[in-house]
Amino acid sequence: MSPIQTMRTPMRRVRGLGTARSGTGQFWHQRITSVAGIPLTIGLLLIITALLGRSHAAVVQILGSPLVAITVLLFIINTAYHMWIGMQEIILDYIHEEKWKLLSLIANTFFVFVVSLASIYAILKLSFGV
Amino acid sequence: MTELEAGASTGAQRTRPLSPHLQIYKPMLTMMMSIVHRITGGALYFGMLLLAWWLIAAAAGPNAYANVEWFMGSLIGQLVLFGYTWALLHHMLGGIRHLVWDTIHGFEPAERELLTLATLIGSITLTLILWVVGYLVMGGPR
Repeated sequence: MSPIQTMRTPMRRVRGLGTARSGTGQFWHQRITSVAGIPLTIGLLLIITALLGRSHAAVVQILGSPLVAITVLLFIINTAYHMWIGMQEIILDYIHEEKWKLLSLIANTFFVFVVSLASIYAILKLSFGV
Repeated sequence: MTELEAGASTGAQRTRPLSPHLQIYKPMLTMMMSIVHRITGGALYFGMLLLAWWLIAAAAGPNAYANVEWFMGSLIGQLVLFGYTWALLHHMLGGIRHLVWDTIHGFEPAERELLTLATLIGSITLTLILWVVGYLVMGGPR
């Protein structure tokens, strides 16, 4: 059977598998998070500008207020997913050696989880004052 | 295999660019801004550490927050923040440009040049406006 007749790629025949059937999933998610990122980025910049030069007590009070805290939380969660996909794309484009590729992909996931969860924890602590 | 054999008989002596990459082409604005979009994205990735530091310090207490304020107020801190502001705005505007392109609009030569130039000029202008506003806010009553 030739590949042309079956529409099967040689790689598929070698592996005995089809595609993962999720090829456009991250492409689409990157677009969704970029659309959401526009108002959230503007919101974050406004919040930071409003907090410039204020005392620690004032910053804590404003960052902990619901509307501000929710905006910052949404920004962090949305950005975390967006930057995870983006860095993965950069790694897959430039790092071809299997060992370093795998280590970089793992490091990407660890970095995104640690940075975003630490930021989320800080905002929640400011909000609930625990 | 037949392709390789045919290639060996006709073009073995010539070294041909099998996969033309960046160094083959004359630099163009759209191409440079495509690279800049990726570079700013990579920079913003690590820039999230600054946001995390700021939030954690605010949650930790006045002493930790004073350290952040000291760094952000220093010359290096100000340069980093200025670059961060520009990278964020440029990546946002570049993203909007890509979203426009996703709808299969703006692909004519003049249109894509205009969109790309607007991204660059827009990001620089917005950064300067934001920093002027920022300094005015800093100088205001607190």
